[in-house]
Amino acid sequence: MNYFDTDLTTLHTKLVNKEITSEQLTKETLATIKADNEKLNAYITIDEDAALATAKAVDEKGINADNLWAGIPIAIKDNIVTKGLKTTAASKMLADFNPIYDATVIEKLRANDVVIIGKTNMDEFAMGGSTETSYFKTTHNPWNLSKVPGGSSGGSATTVSAGGVLAALGTDTGGSIRQPASFTGVVGVKPTYGRVSRWGIIAFGSSLDQVGPFTRTVKDNAALLNIIAGHDDHDMTSSDKAVPDFTAGLDGSVKGMRVALPKEYLGEGVDENVKKAVLDAASTFKSLGATVDEVSLPHSKYGIAAYYIISSSEASSNLQRFDGIRYGYRAKDVKNLEDVYVRSRSEGFGNEVKRRIMLGTYSLSAGFYDAYFRKAAEVRTLMINDFKKVFEDHDFIIGPTAPTPAFGIGEDSNDPKKMYMNDVLTVPVNMAGLPGMSLPAGFSNDLPVGLQIIAKPFDEQTLYRAGYAFEQATDFHKATPEIGGDK
Amino acid sequence: MNFQTTIGLEVHVELKTNSKIFSPSPVAFGDDPNANTNVIDWGYPGVLPTTNKGVVESGIKAALALHAKIEQHNHFDRKNYFYPDNPKAYQITQSDKPIAHDGWIEIEVDGEKKKVGIAEMHIEEDAGKNTHNPNGYSFVDLNRQGTPLIEIVSKPDIASPDEAYAYLEALRQRVQFTGVSDVKMEEGSMRVDVNISIRPYGSDKFGTKTEIKNLNSFNYVRKGLAYEEKRQQQVLMSGGTIQQETRRFDEASGQTILMRVKEGADDYRYFPEPDLPALAISDDWIKSIGESMPEMPGKRRERYVKELGLKDYDAMVLTQTKEMSDFFDTTVKNGADPKMTANYLMGDVNAYLNDQQVDLQDTKLTPNNLAGMIKMISDGTISTKIAKKVFKAITQGEESVAWVKSKGLIQLSDPAQLTPIIKGVVDDNQQSVDDFKNGKDRAVGYLVGQVMKQTHGQANPKVVNQILMAELKSR
Repeated sequence: MNYFDTDLTTLHTKLVNKEITSEQLTKETLATIKADNEKLNAYITIDEDAALATAKAVDEKGINADNLWAGIPIAIKDNIVTKGLKTTAASKMLADFNPIYDATVIEKLRANDVVIIGKTNMDEFAMGGSTETSYFKTTHNPWNLSKVPGGSSGGSATTVSAGGVLAALGTDTGGSIRQPASFTGVVGVKPTYGRVSRWGIIAFGSSLDQVGPFTRTVKDNAALLNIIAGHDDHDMTSSDKAVPDFTAGLDGSVKGMRVALPKEYLGEGVDENVKKAVLDAASTFKSLGATVDEVSLPHSKYGIAAYYIISSSEASSNLQRFDGIRYGYRAKDVKNLEDVYVRSRSEGFGNEVKRRIMLGTYSLSAGFYDAYFRKAAEVRTLMINDFKKVFEDHDFIIGPTAPTPAFGIGEDSNDPKKMYMNDVLTVPVNMAGLPGMSLPAGFSNDLPVGLQIIAKPFDEQTLYRAGYAFEQATDFHKATPEIGGDK
Repeated sequence: MNFQTTIGLEVHVELKTNSKIFSPSPVAFGDDPNANTNVIDWGYPGVLPTTNKGVVESGIKAALALHAKIEQHNHFDRKNYFYPDNPKAYQITQSDKPIAHDGWIEIEVDGEKKKVGIAEMHIEEDAGKNTHNPNGYSFVDLNRQGTPLIEIVSKPDIASPDEAYAYLEALRQRVQFTGVSDVKMEEGSMRVDVNISIRPYGSDKFGTKTEIKNLNSFNYVRKGLAYEEKRQQQVLMSGGTIQQETRRFDEASGQTILMRVKEGADDYRYFPEPDLPALAISDDWIKSIGESMPEMPGKRRERYVKELGLKDYDAMVLTQTKEMSDFFDTTVKNGADPKMTANYLMGDVNAYLNDQQVDLQDTKLTPNNLAGMIKMISDGTISTKIAKKVFKAITQGEESVAWVKSKGLIQLSDPAQLTPIIKGVVDDNQQSVDDFKNGKDRAVGYLVGQVMKQTHGQANPKVVNQILMAELKSR
């Protein structure tokens, strides 16, 4: 089976009416993703036994008619820790790591009787934009197997795009949900920083990381955020703001809303077809009764530099715990303590991770801190102020998610600077802690193009309202790749 | 050449909270290795710290006790370094904006009072402990990992080893009175890092400083500093230069021995801890903590001397710990004579504590029972001799007044009861009466002894004497 011609509400109704059991659904899902995985490499681990056991238990308990997600299989990015289920962060360092606790988002999914089907491939420690830096495998874009699915949450995006599951969780530090959503033609949301608990997320850039959902539709996406959002006593950076029902108010209307289109987002390096898709989207919003103004986010151009300094600095510190002492990879035949550290880390981390650790270590070093880390933090404040200014008289911002559609596997992997430029349109959202969405908005040479929507902090409701209105007014989300399902 | 000495002290104080600073694991000592740890203490992938509000509160208390200014918007920083007892490979501490700065405490050396400045005070987490086995294996125990600490850094105001000693003593007392820590060097809840430099008198440039490690008591701090002060003087006088180095104090010889020469500063790559929001300390919070602060030792000493008439020395001894001072205050409040109370606390009670090797708060002694006993002595209900027995009883948890009654130990002072007994004794000891008549005063002592014997020591010696003398004279 595949999940192309269905949605959460339809499946839920079938489960409630016992037209299908969670066990059947899970079995069919497993069959599809196992077959697809040969071509797509979307999964690092498929947790067949536990998934079936959970599904059976949910069936026995009975599907709660008020719980949309009961019995639904979901895929999880492999940097979200799952108790007793191998969590690798796509690194040799954690190739055999079996966590003894669940991330808060996993606890919430389990409490909602969700079936966790497996762990998806990603860039190592979420560092990358193509899923090529994974220690284990390279994931292929379902729309064109020679293309990357984007990253770092490439596996999660791919399995949803290919119809393998209805939904998946990813993480987004600088675009790692939105960019692969754009490349694979699905809906991906990075919630406001603090909206979702980071407890149990293997940290990359702690001041930037957020967990978010991948789905085929805007409404399903809102429904998944509904159950993972909220304050967590384990995460002091999680917000205690009330969590509204994100599926409420999705009526297709954006009438009277004020849309901002930053001129910097359509500048140099942005693919012509991508530009066209965004301008078409602007027209769509206008036709729905919204106003669209060109605005400026003048400090966007410093975004990439500042982002790579801050995220790498935090990462250099966060990844120090992988030292070969307590868990994870330890080099063999070490002679002394320094050997344990140097060799375990040299052998356990891949090149991109090492590059970021070095970049971050350098930026924090005495004598360079002021020129790099502190300066980047100052730029960050200016970027936040840019957004604040735009949001004074606009409800949401639109722009491209990525400058180009999916690029070829191997194409950029040896050119880190080119690779980093891919994040130019997504990192400002993380730097400012804002909620952002990517949803299907067109095609460029048969590859999906995503539209990015950005809203005020904790205003995911506007994000979903706008996304839903756009989705209802267009057909892009109905397109499906050739691969996937039982086609 | 004459030199002036500058000493810097960095004091780590372990806070007495129930749980760790960033994890709910208990703070406890002496348990099996790693018994008091969880995923946070292990630096497990995906974990996050959560600030224990009690630690911040303790920090504020300590800061107030040190007259320091509270930084109402402060934050934590990461100090990055690799070591097996440091599981995250960074310590969460405060570098950029510590919780308090610019404080002072008063010290007294040879009757001279002086204010010593405190540059800053910050909160941080302690590391675990590595142990090395001769078989080549090393072991990591993370029970101590995450124990809350405050670090108090002095300004370069301390000019002699004696001042350093007085500073540590004053600091220990003040912190101890806030109740946030046991501040015991012997148990590791107070640790001292010491540095010292000398420079020619009048020079406005500090000399090169050396650090001294392994100073495990205030006395060793004083001894180590004194040795090092002299050593540096000798080096400079003989034309040498001081190098920046770390030296170890050798307890046996009283000398400092070179451990390592410092080459350049360590780079800890400090940056703001992104997992914890900045700490905002409200005026109200500071105010309510300020109002709950106990009276500090200096104030108490003043009160003991001025209001209660104690000697300076006694007042000082009684304010060594808050427990002793509180015990004294409550005993006096319960009606006991202040001077007698002071004498008992400094005498019998201290002797008992030394003998049993316990702290006052860990005994069964209560101010109420001690006050009861002292009041019975004052009003003649018991003799000081009986009081010895009563004291023993109250150390075992007996209620003093009730115990004296139940044992029938109340002193016999009633002449109507004593006269027949005394008459009987005199009747039975004609020889003594004769001796008395012949001017042998010793006979009186014998007769008193007999009365005491018959009354099982309960007769009031004063009253016995009066009646006995009258009786003898009447014979």
